[in-house]
Amino acid sequence: MFAFIIRRLLQSVLVMLTVALIAFALFRFVGDPINNLVGQDTTLQDRQQLRETLGLNDSVVVQYWRYVVNTAKGDFGYSYMHRRPVKTMLLERMPATLELSIISIILALFIGVPMGVYTGLRRDGFLAKIFMSISLIGISLPTFLIGIMLILVFGVMLRWLPTFGRGEVVAFGIWTTGLLTASGLKALIMPAITLALFQMTLIMRLVRSEMLEVLRTDYIKFARARGLSNRAVNFGHALKNTLVPVITITGLQLGSVIAFAIITESVFQWPGMGRMFIEAVADVDIPVMAAYLCLIALFFVVINLIVDLLYYAVDPRLRIDGGGSGGHG
Amino acid sequence: MSVRNLRIEFPTRRGTLVAVDDISFDISPGEILGVVGESGAGKSLTGAAIIGLLEPPGRIAQGEILLEGRRIDNLPYEQLRRIRGRQIGAIFQDPLTSLNPLYSISRQLVETIQTHLPLNDREARTRALALLDEVGIPSAGERIDHYPHQFSGGMRQRVVIALALCAEPRLIIADEPTTALDVSIQAQIISLLKGLCHEHGTAVMLVTHDMGVIAEAADRVAVMYSGRIAEIGPVQEVIRTAKHPYTHGLMGSIPLIGHHVKKLTQIDGAMPRLQEIPAGCPFNPRCEKVMDCCRVERPNLQTVQKSRVACHLFDGADGEARAGE
Repeated sequence: MFAFIIRRLLQSVLVMLTVALIAFALFRFVGDPINNLVGQDTTLQDRQQLRETLGLNDSVVVQYWRYVVNTAKGDFGYSYMHRRPVKTMLLERMPATLELSIISIILALFIGVPMGVYTGLRRDGFLAKIFMSISLIGISLPTFLIGIMLILVFGVMLRWLPTFGRGEVVAFGIWTTGLLTASGLKALIMPAITLALFQMTLIMRLVRSEMLEVLRTDYIKFARARGLSNRAVNFGHALKNTLVPVITITGLQLGSVIAFAIITESVFQWPGMGRMFIEAVADVDIPVMAAYLCLIALFFVVINLIVDLLYYAVDPRLRIDGGGSGGHG
Repeated sequence: MSVRNLRIEFPTRRGTLVAVDDISFDISPGEILGVVGESGAGKSLTGAAIIGLLEPPGRIAQGEILLEGRRIDNLPYEQLRRIRGRQIGAIFQDPLTSLNPLYSISRQLVETIQTHLPLNDREARTRALALLDEVGIPSAGERIDHYPHQFSGGMRQRVVIALALCAEPRLIIADEPTTALDVSIQAQIISLLKGLCHEHGTAVMLVTHDMGVIAEAADRVAVMYSGRIAEIGPVQEVIRTAKHPYTHGLMGSIPLIGHHVKKLTQIDGAMPRLQEIPAGCPFNPRCEKVMDCCRVERPNLQTVQKSRVACHLFDGADGEARAGE
């Protein structure tokens, strides 16, 4: 177990170093960084001096190592456009994105899993068929369309919910939260639903197919033959056996929700990292793009690590304790 | 336990398939009834029907199932659930897949015990330990908290038996309990099952296609063919003096140590599919002694010596004479 964690951590470091290499390469591939920093009328001498002070004359390996060390310390350099440290910009934007993503995933899980269990158990039920039809819509409609339709109905026509922004936020040190004010919560509803809908239908369909699979197994039949209550069989025995794939997918989806909340953030003018990234791409703001790349990679690596640890918690077959007498799982 | 005129149907788009057709038998307390037949003869379905776990769309179309004089096939789901495990236990074919891989043995045992018996956690655990001891799991106290994957196949089948015995059921349906096991372990499991049932006075319906298992364990045997009982009687009589041509063929196909046979008997052809069961006796296309009436009229079970046989050979007074060879 311990060795496993160490091994996984080392792998994670390797992944992060690779990502850092790609981020580092961004600076060199997208033209001369000096040109991006200075005006057209800067003299060659000044350029040379700037090049020297920024360390751009050192060998690539030295520069890469410096980049890795700085990045590890959270120093992503200065934004070309805004002339501010990228770190500060990210910290300002991160809470908005993380709050939106995590609320969406929680929403998706708390609605998706029960719906999946229900449609798995009552395969031919009327309500189950309705859920399945709705899920088809959720899985096939593009996110921006759902967002725009929500804005049209609840924002423009009914005027119940704000159509853009994050509402009022409360600050706790560097973290700003919109979860504690009425306007913040109201502003969160539509983006969260937009972002959650696809994840929810995905989780629902996954849980359903896993449930159908598990309900056919011998140990479920045997559990029924022992007279256990439906509740114990369906939720105690069946649902837990569907969890491993659900954890995998949810973990991956949380990562991509954080990384690709861009569309939802654009539609709702949500002041998150996704929008910052889009703006950075438009402005060729390399330090911001590189920092975003590293940060998202870090999220994925951490989430995957947590997912792996959850497997251990759920499935005893993965725990290595040598007490077996030759059984095969 | 009695089964009366049981008929199991599968309604399909192309018409109704009859998987089990009008079978009746009894099992008395402490008795082991073997049920043999080829795959698809309806053995397992009969077992599933008795514990009320027929997979839809399969359904009991006719007949009744009585447990200690009380009819149980028409009970609502919840009442039947209370009978399952409490009065009728079940053991399935594959011990490797019968246990939930995510829960320890103790949890699965305690859960089952507490479903049926009013015991607190500690008492239930004590009972679970005693059960594991009884089914012959060495150092049960140590192994009770292990997970299924830490046990070998034979050990897992012992755990399955312990689970089936949790609430001391009156009847156990054992559906091919040894098929998935090594031959050397099969004998252990069968003798364990036999011993436990004699001790507790539990009746067993032992479904298998292994005549060796039947000869070893059963008191009586029912031979099934195409959803019907071909022959039912005391195990020694059925094995030694098989009456139905199908049973006869089955016995002839078993190699015996010490008997030198040039060629084992073989029953030509295969059991008909459910859609194609012929009129009259379902065995008539494969029967060596087929007569005209076999293709028209369905034979009913009739008493011949200590057995009951469904074959026209034994019709009327000269039945013995025609069968005599």
